[in-house]
Amino acid sequence: MLTFTDKGIYCKQADVYIDPWKPVKFAIITHGHSDHARSGMKHYLCHKETEPILRLRLGKDISTQSLEYNQTLNKNGVTISLHPAGHILGSAQIRLEYKGEIWVVSGDYKLMPDGLSSPFEAVKCHHFITESTFGLPIYRFPTAESVYGSINNWWQENASEGYNSMLIAYSLGKSQSILHHLDQGIGNIFLHGAVANVNNTYNEHGYNFPGVWVSPDMNRKSIKGAMIVAPNSALSTSWSSKFPLLRKAVCSGWMQLRGARRRSAVDRGFVLSDHCDWNQLNEAVLATGAENIYVTHGYQATYAKWLSERYHLNAVEVKTQFEPAINDMD
Amino acid sequence: MKEFTKLVTAVDQTTKTNQKIQALVEYFAQAKEEDKIFAVSILIGNKPKRPVKTSELREWTAELADLPLWLFEESYYTVGDLAEAIALMLPPQQNEHQLTLKETLELLVRLSDLPSVEKKKLIIGYWMSSDTAERFVFNKLITGNFRMGVSRQLVIKALAKYLKQEPTAIAHQLMGKWNPYEENMESMFSTESHLDKSYLPYPFFLAYQLDDQPANLGAITDWCIEKKLDGIRGQIIVRNKEIFVWSRGEELLTDKFPEFTSLQQTLPSGTVIDGEIIPWKDGKPLPFQVMQTRIGRKNIAPKYLKEAPLVMVAFDLLERQGEDLRQKPLEERRDLLKQLLASHPDENLLLSEAMDFSSWEEVSKFRENAREFQCEGLMLKRKTSPYETGRRRGNWWKWKTDPMTVDGVLLYAQSGHGRRANLFTDYTFAVWDGDLLVPFAKAYSGLTDKEINVLDNWIKRNTLEKFGPVRSVKPEFVFEIAFEGINASPRHKSGVALRFPRISRWRKDKSIQAANTKSDLLQLIDVQNS
Repeated sequence: MLTFTDKGIYCKQADVYIDPWKPVKFAIITHGHSDHARSGMKHYLCHKETEPILRLRLGKDISTQSLEYNQTLNKNGVTISLHPAGHILGSAQIRLEYKGEIWVVSGDYKLMPDGLSSPFEAVKCHHFITESTFGLPIYRFPTAESVYGSINNWWQENASEGYNSMLIAYSLGKSQSILHHLDQGIGNIFLHGAVANVNNTYNEHGYNFPGVWVSPDMNRKSIKGAMIVAPNSALSTSWSSKFPLLRKAVCSGWMQLRGARRRSAVDRGFVLSDHCDWNQLNEAVLATGAENIYVTHGYQATYAKWLSERYHLNAVEVKTQFEPAINDMD
Repeated sequence: MKEFTKLVTAVDQTTKTNQKIQALVEYFAQAKEEDKIFAVSILIGNKPKRPVKTSELREWTAELADLPLWLFEESYYTVGDLAEAIALMLPPQQNEHQLTLKETLELLVRLSDLPSVEKKKLIIGYWMSSDTAERFVFNKLITGNFRMGVSRQLVIKALAKYLKQEPTAIAHQLMGKWNPYEENMESMFSTESHLDKSYLPYPFFLAYQLDDQPANLGAITDWCIEKKLDGIRGQIIVRNKEIFVWSRGEELLTDKFPEFTSLQQTLPSGTVIDGEIIPWKDGKPLPFQVMQTRIGRKNIAPKYLKEAPLVMVAFDLLERQGEDLRQKPLEERRDLLKQLLASHPDENLLLSEAMDFSSWEEVSKFRENAREFQCEGLMLKRKTSPYETGRRRGNWWKWKTDPMTVDGVLLYAQSGHGRRANLFTDYTFAVWDGDLLVPFAKAYSGLTDKEINVLDNWIKRNTLEKFGPVRSVKPEFVFEIAFEGINASPRHKSGVALRFPRISRWRKDKSIQAANTKSDLLQLIDVQNS
């Protein structure tokens, strides 16, 4: 029912694309990250909490419609529904059913609860499309809860020595789950513009993420013992160097590896990811009960071979447009 | 072992020198006394003998983690570090051990003589009673590749701070080979222990490459200018009728150089000479490669003594009649050296001549053509300079001639290690032989981090074939490869071997057709040896 085309994943019966990277008539979007939600589509379908993010990032005037989790939509006899992916707020797996055949496109997802986004729900299906960003057994992540604890300890320690702390995290998703768990008793929280923009959008829709935007005319000299949350792009610019007495940390699944930690040249690396680690991937794949697994985005050849060999699944590698670079902040 | 792991983790978590030194000082202050000397030994790069094959470590890990070996290997390529890959893939810790660093090292020594089954039992036992950080350190001790972001200089600084001694004194005590099982902090570093180590060389004074115009160094008359020869930097020490020859890498090479044996009879006791050991025949130097084959041999056959006779070209006198001369000005040390060589002539001990230049322009011209004079450039030394410790700026400079260059096509890429793990950073380059591309050089360095990222991304999208960690790529990009020397080599497909190849720039302006050819390389050899 689904095919992999040069525009993206396509369902012929419903005439819809999922996370297409070229302009199409009808796009179903799993979540708001820029490699999944691209501009130029005639019409967008996504989860209710993703809708404002699409408008923020792709323009106010785009044509959208949204669904709640588990709500269904029928298109040319194809039943379409969205299910929690646990990746970021509003992230969804896309379930498509046609004449008894069920496919699930998981997009980006994780099983480990981050304490903010709706936890992943396994959806029974015949065909399951999974990413494999961390599809090697070297990636086994600590619980998000324990990492939030380490982050707060680090902040506390820095603050007690008079230092500011800067966390480098993706502006959409990871920043909010961190902000949600920062101990505001330790000090003030400041935000890079990219993070503040996303927060504002969420805060207009009933959330209350803390932090003050660092405006260009703000006097940064007086900031002390504070936490600053910024995206990766800020690391290499003068924006991040203008804060006095600063220690920096990167929050990413890649921080599991010493080489990546050292390459990032910051003071600390926190292993915090919005993707599945090795154990979660295996658990998710098995929980769907699917016989046919399509592995994309990451270590696809290796992970597909593992699934075929160990679990006797019909697992194949799907070549995507690009291999992720290690410095993507996943 | 917990304290040592904590130290390694702390050092690993910071890029700041002062924080590393602080972590080391704290370790020395808190660690068990018997552990300290072992920590010093490991941190400055001494390796315990490897007690097990790494292939066994891989198999045991895969078995414990219930993974097929191919998946272990794939994952290892991604990590780029065996010790870390193993630590990450092992199943969760089960209990806790209480072994110290010393006891851990003793366990490794004991392992060497045990049958494989016993080794396996003990190593697995250790793994399962350690957390990930400790497993990593333990594996590093086993695999004997303990470069952990701590330089020798850093350990010296930390020890000096902890022991309240001068760094130069600590550096001296740490020279050469010493055995942590026979030493302790007292025997190594107490002031009394300084006296009876007559075999020890002085820490070498090393020069930085001159990156400025020499005119900025001031009057040329303030400088002693010598040829920079391509050999092995060494110290000849004669004390109590015994001779020791040390290389800059702190290897005791006395046995490799029978040419110098007679000096123990002829030179006065309490003499230390610094110089360059090079192959020399008919009044001029031979290429470095001539000596390299000889150095690699366990026993030096008479054939090699004849084909590659060695001399030391002496350029400094560090000790005379037992007196440390290092604080005297270079000019004075050189005069004493000249006197010494004049009164004790030896055909294997030559004087590095101070060259006569009347202007920096003349110096510059000589440097450009240095290869014609069988040297790789010039050494510029301030006449008033003392003999310092380690690599320092200001008083001594090396000014090497520009490297030779060849344009090669990128043909293979392999992912790097450590900081470059999971990135394709090790490249093989090829030149044209007719319409075939033949590999002629491997290079790892020379690109910026940004260029590496761009190239890494391109390599991943343009892979033709994968052979384990190596990928062949579409021939598309040309790089300028710089190197210090070139020689014929029947062992290489291209027929040549390069000395110190590295990437000097990415020639985005060139198509692969414009890359150099095999005959260009052979011609370079002719030019060099003419």
